[in-house]
Amino acid sequence: MAGSALTDTAHGVARPNGMSGFVSDWSSDQRAFKNVPWGKAMMWIFLLSDTFIFSCFLLSYMTVRMSTTVPWPNPSEIFALRIGGEDIPLILIAIMTFILISSSGTMAMAVNFGYRHDRVKSAVLMLVTALFGATFVGMQAFEWTKLIVDEGIRPWGNPYGAAQFGSSFFMITGFHGFHVSVGVVFLIITARKVLRGDFDRNTRGFFTSRKGNYEIVEIMGLYWHFVDLVWVFIFAVFYLW
Amino acid sequence: MAKAEGQQHPIGIYLKIWAWLFVLSTGSYMVDYLHIQGYLRWSLILLFMILKAGLIVAVFMHMLWERLALLYAIIVPPLLVLVFVGIMVFESDHTFFTRLAYFVGGS
Repeated sequence: MAGSALTDTAHGVARPNGMSGFVSDWSSDQRAFKNVPWGKAMMWIFLLSDTFIFSCFLLSYMTVRMSTTVPWPNPSEIFALRIGGEDIPLILIAIMTFILISSSGTMAMAVNFGYRHDRVKSAVLMLVTALFGATFVGMQAFEWTKLIVDEGIRPWGNPYGAAQFGSSFFMITGFHGFHVSVGVVFLIITARKVLRGDFDRNTRGFFTSRKGNYEIVEIMGLYWHFVDLVWVFIFAVFYLW
Repeated sequence: MAKAEGQQHPIGIYLKIWAWLFVLSTGSYMVDYLHIQGYLRWSLILLFMILKAGLIVAVFMHMLWERLALLYAIIVPPLLVLVFVGIMVFESDHTFFTRLAYFVGGS
């Protein structure tokens, strides 16, 4: 294997670990991400850029909230839901959080079964994930309706305090909800491909005309977990602050 | 089973992390439900947030098992956003005090 070791740097060569591995990976005059398929590296880089977009949204929210002299509406009361004659604070948001976490759990298992070539389990778990995601978006639509119709909150003002509350809220949750919706669509497409056996028969994709494999399920999973990750930050800094 | 490929881990670890995320989310919800205020509220919210984010990235997104080359390329840039946070905290404090001085108190 000595010959192939010289030409094939991605496989078969023992690579150092830890800090010296980090240095040798980056300085090797070859690709830096040795055992990561290009699709996965590209998804990570896309997610990195998306992180900056959401960071800018959350930062501008922080800035307007810290700099306004008008009291900020209390999210705990605005997002309360009346159940059985009692106001329970943030209950809808808490349920949405648990739904999104559950969808991340099913997605992680779909990736696992995908690599085991268990097509049915992987596809069913992805469809369950999509269902959780659709439920999340549905609950968000309910929440928006309640805020707009019942409580009169608008992007340019609201009866509870600082006008910036509405603009930040609709901007941030709207952008996140859009991410979830796109994720649901792609989950269904990927689940269909897995179920059909595209990745076992080397079928070419309808858009890229490239042969896929089960790494696509993991790449889909990365996107989905990222959506869950963003919600963790939105939940903490928007709803709980 | 086909030859080992990609990220192969026992299902159990995902279930454990899933359970932990439920516990941590319940924790951050309880912070609001029990009306905990002040620095304790802030430290608890941020602690639960960071733990949840860490578990998702490390296990669900498999960062724990990736080589350092990828880990540093992806994790370090978002950490630099903290500098941006610091700048904007100064900026918004300045705006706030300017507004207090010129718009709220005086006329």
